[in-house]
Amino acid sequence: MVKRDIRIPVSQQPLVVDKPKDTSTIGGMVSIQINEKKVSVPFGTTILEACKQNQIHIPTLCHHPDLCIAGVCRICVVDVEGMRTLQTACSFPVTTPIRINTSTPMVRKARRHIIDLLLSEHYGECYSCFRNGNCELQALAKEYGVDGYTFGHTDKPGREVDKSSASVIRDMSKCVLCKRCVRTCIDLQEVGVLEAIDRGHETHIGTFLDKPLADVICINCGQCINRCPTAALRANDPSDEIWNAIDNPKKHVIIQTAPSPRAAIGEEFGVEPGHSFTGELNTALRRIGFDKVFDTNFTADLTIIEEGTELLNRLKKVIVDKDESVKLPQFTSCSPGWVKFIEHFYPEYLDYLSTAKSPQQMFGAIMKTFYAKEAGIDPADIVTVALMPCAAKKFECNRPEMTASGYKDIDYGLTTREMAKMIKEAGIHLPEMPKSHFDEPFGDASGAGLIFGATGGVMEAALRTVYELVTGREVPFDNLVIEPCRGFDGVKQASVKLEKCVEKFKFLEGVELKFVVAHGTANAKKVMEMLRRGELNDVHFVEIMACPGGCLGGGGQPIPTNIDIRKKRAEAIYEEEKSLPVRKSHENPHINYIYEKFLTEGPCGHLSHKLLHTHYTKRGKYIS
Amino acid sequence: MLVLEKNALSDEIESFVNQYGNDRASLLQILQAIQRKHKYVSDFAQQEVARLLNIHPVEVYSVITFYSFLCTQPKGRNIVRLCRTISCDMAGKDAVEDAVKRELGISFGETTKDKRITLEYTNCLGMCDQGPAMLVNEKVYTHLDPETAVNILNEIK
Amino acid sequence: MEIEKTNKRTGPVIFSEYSRSEGIKKALEMGREDILFELKGSGLKGRGGAGFPTATKWMLTAAANADKKFIVCNADEGEPGTFKDRILLLEYPHLVFDGMVIAGFTIGAKTGIVYLRGEYEYMLSDLEEYLMKMHQSNLLGKNILGRQGFDFDISIRLGSGAYVCGEETALIESLEGYRGEPRNRPPYPVNTGYMGYPTVVNNVETLASVSHIVVKGGGWFKKHGTDKSTGSKLFSVSGDCNKPGVYELPWGTSVKELLEIVDAKNTKAVQVGGASGTCIPKTQFNRVLAYEDAATGGSIMIFNESRNMLKVLKNFMEFFVEESCGQCTPCRVGNTKLLEGIEKIERREFTFAHINNLKELGRTMQVASKCGLGQSSPNSFISILENFKEEIFHTDGKGQSNGKA
Repeated sequence: MVKRDIRIPVSQQPLVVDKPKDTSTIGGMVSIQINEKKVSVPFGTTILEACKQNQIHIPTLCHHPDLCIAGVCRICVVDVEGMRTLQTACSFPVTTPIRINTSTPMVRKARRHIIDLLLSEHYGECYSCFRNGNCELQALAKEYGVDGYTFGHTDKPGREVDKSSASVIRDMSKCVLCKRCVRTCIDLQEVGVLEAIDRGHETHIGTFLDKPLADVICINCGQCINRCPTAALRANDPSDEIWNAIDNPKKHVIIQTAPSPRAAIGEEFGVEPGHSFTGELNTALRRIGFDKVFDTNFTADLTIIEEGTELLNRLKKVIVDKDESVKLPQFTSCSPGWVKFIEHFYPEYLDYLSTAKSPQQMFGAIMKTFYAKEAGIDPADIVTVALMPCAAKKFECNRPEMTASGYKDIDYGLTTREMAKMIKEAGIHLPEMPKSHFDEPFGDASGAGLIFGATGGVMEAALRTVYELVTGREVPFDNLVIEPCRGFDGVKQASVKLEKCVEKFKFLEGVELKFVVAHGTANAKKVMEMLRRGELNDVHFVEIMACPGGCLGGGGQPIPTNIDIRKKRAEAIYEEEKSLPVRKSHENPHINYIYEKFLTEGPCGHLSHKLLHTHYTKRGKYIS
Repeated sequence: MLVLEKNALSDEIESFVNQYGNDRASLLQILQAIQRKHKYVSDFAQQEVARLLNIHPVEVYSVITFYSFLCTQPKGRNIVRLCRTISCDMAGKDAVEDAVKRELGISFGETTKDKRITLEYTNCLGMCDQGPAMLVNEKVYTHLDPETAVNILNEIK
Repeated sequence: MEIEKTNKRTGPVIFSEYSRSEGIKKALEMGREDILFELKGSGLKGRGGAGFPTATKWMLTAAANADKKFIVCNADEGEPGTFKDRILLLEYPHLVFDGMVIAGFTIGAKTGIVYLRGEYEYMLSDLEEYLMKMHQSNLLGKNILGRQGFDFDISIRLGSGAYVCGEETALIESLEGYRGEPRNRPPYPVNTGYMGYPTVVNNVETLASVSHIVVKGGGWFKKHGTDKSTGSKLFSVSGDCNKPGVYELPWGTSVKELLEIVDAKNTKAVQVGGASGTCIPKTQFNRVLAYEDAATGGSIMIFNESRNMLKVLKNFMEFFVEESCGQCTPCRVGNTKLLEGIEKIERREFTFAHINNLKELGRTMQVASKCGLGQSSPNSFISILENFKEEIFHTDGKGQSNGKA
C-alpha cells in the first residue's frame, strides 16, 4: 500500500510505489527495454525518469520537477508493449520488465494531435507575446514541426484578462490547463488561491467564486508565474512607466538592485545559471538612462541593524523587564509574500513580526528624505525603482502605509525578467558590458546584505551582527560562514550560545540564542503551527521567506526554475560574498554615516520608527 | 446576510460537519446536505465548510462547480431537470420542453419570478425505457407528454 | 413513486431463483479460497462495460498487504441508455448487498460503500431500510451470522450529477471529497484505492452475479454465454421498439435476435454500449453481443429508419463535451473538436479532409486519453460516420438524398 498525504488527491501526489516483498530483480533494479536499448533502472522509477537517465528525450508540458505528478496534458505518452492504450511517461512507474517505445507512429501522431488541440484554443500569436522564445507550448510546436492549425485557432479571447492584482496578471485565454499553477499554489506554497473550476470544456483555472485575484487571499509570491509554461500568468509590468520617467528630463530616476536578480539575470541572456552580473548590470543600467544605480544591500545592512536592535530590545523587555506583551520569537519581515501570508492566515500572530520594513522600502524612505536633502533634489522629482526577484514587491510598494517619506517610498518594483526586457530593448547584451561600481553614497554594502538573497541569509547576516554586538567577538564560525543557516532544507533550526557578553548585554549571558529558518510558505505554515502548539517558546528569531530557496527563487526571477537552478544561483551569491571586503552589516561605513548624520537617535529611534518601520493589517481569510 | 442568519447557518453547517465528519472525504456529503436544505451553497457557507474541514475555500468552490447537482447561486424552491439524452429525445422530449417553457414563461437555465421552479436539463436519468423523463427535486416522472408534464409542474408548490 | 413497472425478461442466471442471504451463508461455509476458485472458474468479467476479470481484481486486493480494505459498489449508472442497475437496486437489492458482503469476506474488507448516482436519490430511503433489516438479521455488523471476527458494514454515498464518476478512480476521488477526476493508473485501486487503501470497485450487476455464483458454482455460470463471455447479461433496451425494458440474455445473443425479442421494426441502427459504445448498422445485425464482438455494459439503443443519425451523434457528442472531467487534453478539447465537426456537417461547411483529420483525432483520443471516457467517446463518432456515410454526407442533411428521389 502506498502511504499518502490525505490533503492532496492521489492523482496529484508524487508517485511512491511499494517494493514487492519478493523482488526477483537484484538490488531492487528492473531491466527494461526502451526502444532498442536494454537498461536497468531502480524499481519504481518513472518511464520519464528512466528515459532521461538514458538520454532519451520525452516531451513534457504539465510535468514540473518542483511539483507532483498530474498526467493531464498527455504529451509525454509512450507505447508500453502489451498495453491497449498509450501511457504517460511522467506517471508510469517501472515495476516489471516492460518494453517501451517512445517514437511509434501512434505516439508521434498522438503528440502532434495534442499540440494541435492545445494550439486551437490558445489565444494570440507568438510574435505578440512576452513569452515568445521562452514558451513551452511554442517549443513543442516547433519540436513537432507544426506548420498550420489542423483543428483551427481561436480568433477571440476566451476569457477576460484579470489585471486586478498589483503583482500577478492572469490571461486565461492562453492557459493550457496544465494545472502547474494549481499545484504550485495549493501544494508547493499551500496558499490555496487557484483551482480548476467547472467541468468538461468549461474547465478553467480560477479563484474562489472566480473573483479577481486582488479580492482573494493571493500573497503575490508569483511562484505560479515561474512555473507557467505559457504567457497565461505574468507579472504586472511597469516598464513603460519607467521608460517614461527615464525619458523625462525633470525626473531623477534612481534604481536599486537586489542581489538575487544580479545572480540570475544572466539566464535571460543565455548564460548558464550560477553567474552574477553585478558590475555589468551597473553599466547597463546607466546606459539605459538611470540617474543613479544603488545597491539594495545597503538597506539590507540597515535592516539588519534595525531588526537586530529590535530583537535585542525585545529580548531585554522579556528577560529583564518581564514584559509579557512583548512577543518572541521575532519573525523577519523582509519578504512581502510572507508578510501578506501571515496577515491572511495568522493575523493573530502579527505582533511576532518585526516592524522593520524590507530593504526595498527602507531604501525608498531614505532616498526621498536623506538622499533628496543631501543631493539637493526635490523628492517630488525623484522616481525610485527597485529591481527585485519578486512579484510581491510590486504589491508591497503600493501599500498605502509605505509613504512615510511623504511620498510613495518606492514608485516601481521591477522584476528580473522585466529588467532583462528593458536592457534588450535598449540594444544591450548584458554579458558583454564592462563592469562598473555602484554610485555613491549607497553603493557600498557588506556581504551580509548580499546573502539576503538565499534562504537563511537574513538569519546569517543578523547573527553576525547580533552576536558581535552582544559579545564583542565575531560569531564562532569559520570565516563567518554560519553553516546551519545555509542549504535548502525546508525548516532549519540551530542555536548559538552567548557567552562573555559585554556590559550592556550582560542580561543575555549564557543564553542559547535559538533560531529557525524556513522558506516557501508551505514551510512557513509548518513553523506557524509549531508556534501555535507552543513548540517555539524557547526560540528567539525566525527567518521566513515566501519563496522556495529564498529570494533567488522569487516569483520575478527568470523562467524556468528548478532546484538545480536555485542551487546555482545560491552558489553565485555565496561566491560573490566571499570576496567582499566588509561582511558584517555593522561594519558598513555608510551605515555608521547615516546614523551619525540622519538617524541620530540611533537604531529603532524615533525617526527610524517613522521612516524604517511599519505596521501590518489583520486581513484574515474571509473573502466577502 | 444578517449576523443572526450567518450564525444560524454556521451552526447548521457545524452540525453537518459533526454528522459526516470533519475530514475532506465528508466534503461532498456536507455540500449535498446544504444544497438539499437551501437549494444552493452560498459564499458564506462555502467558506464555513472550508474553515471547518481545514481546506481552502477555492477547493470547495472547485468541487461545487464540478458537480451538476450543486450550485453556488440561489435557485427556485423546486428544481426541474428534464432529461435530454437520446432515448428521451426520441420519445418526445422536444414537445415536453416547448410546453413547459411556454407554460412557465421561462427558458431552461432560468427560474420563475416567484422562485417556484428552476428549469434545467440533465443527462441520462436512467429512465430510457420510459421516456421522456424528468426529475422534480429528487422525484422522477416518466412517460411524459406535454400535458402531463405541465400538470405536474402546475401542482408543485 | 411515479416509475412504472419495468418490462423485464427474466433469464437463467441473474434472475434465477435466489433466496435472501443464501449467498452469504454459503460463502461463510466455503471459505475464501473456494470462493475465489469458483469465481475464477465462472469467468465472470466486470459488468460495467470494461470487462476486467472479477476474480483477478479480488485476488489482487485479497493479496494486498494493508490494515484496511474497501469494497465499493459502483451504482453510478450514467451511461446513456443504461438502467439495469435501477432494476437490480429497486427489485433485487439483496443480490447486490449479499455480493458486497461476500466480497468483504473474501478480500478481508470491513467496509462497503455504495456510490449511488444522485439521480437515483429516490431509492435511498428504501435501500437504507433494507440495510437496516440486514443489520437486524446479523447479515451486516459484527460477527456476521456468528462468524467470529467477520465484521462488515455498508453505507450509501450519493453522487451529485457527474457521469465521469462512474469511472472507478474518479468515483474514488469523489468519495474522498474531490472533483471526480480520474487518477493516473498505475497504481490501480486494487493496490491504492479509497483513502490509499486496496479497494475493489465492482458494478452493481457484477456483485449480483457473484451472489449467484457462490450459491450455484462457477461451472453453472460458465455454462451460459460464450467461451470468452460467460454467463448472461442484463441489457437495457430503449429507443424504437415496442417492448423497451431490461432483458436478461446470454452473452452471444445476436443483435438480430435481440431486435426480434424486443419487437423492433424497421430498424436502421443499434447503438451498443451507450454513447461510448459503437453504432451497428443493419448490415451487421448478425454480430453478437459479447466482450469479444459487440461489447456493452448493457445499453442497447434502437434507431428506426426515420431517425437522423447525425442528430443522434450530435446528442452523444454534446453529452461528452459536458461530461468530460476536463483535465486531460485529448478528451477536453478533442470532444469539442468532434462536436464542432458535426456542426460543420450539419451546416454543410465541412471538407472531407477535415472530417478525416477528426477521425484520426478520434483514434488518438482512444489511446491517449487518461480514462475510459475519453478513450471511448470517439467510438460513436467514428462508427456513425463510417457506417452511415451515405445518409450523412451524400444527402442535403435533412435525410434527403441529393439528386435522388
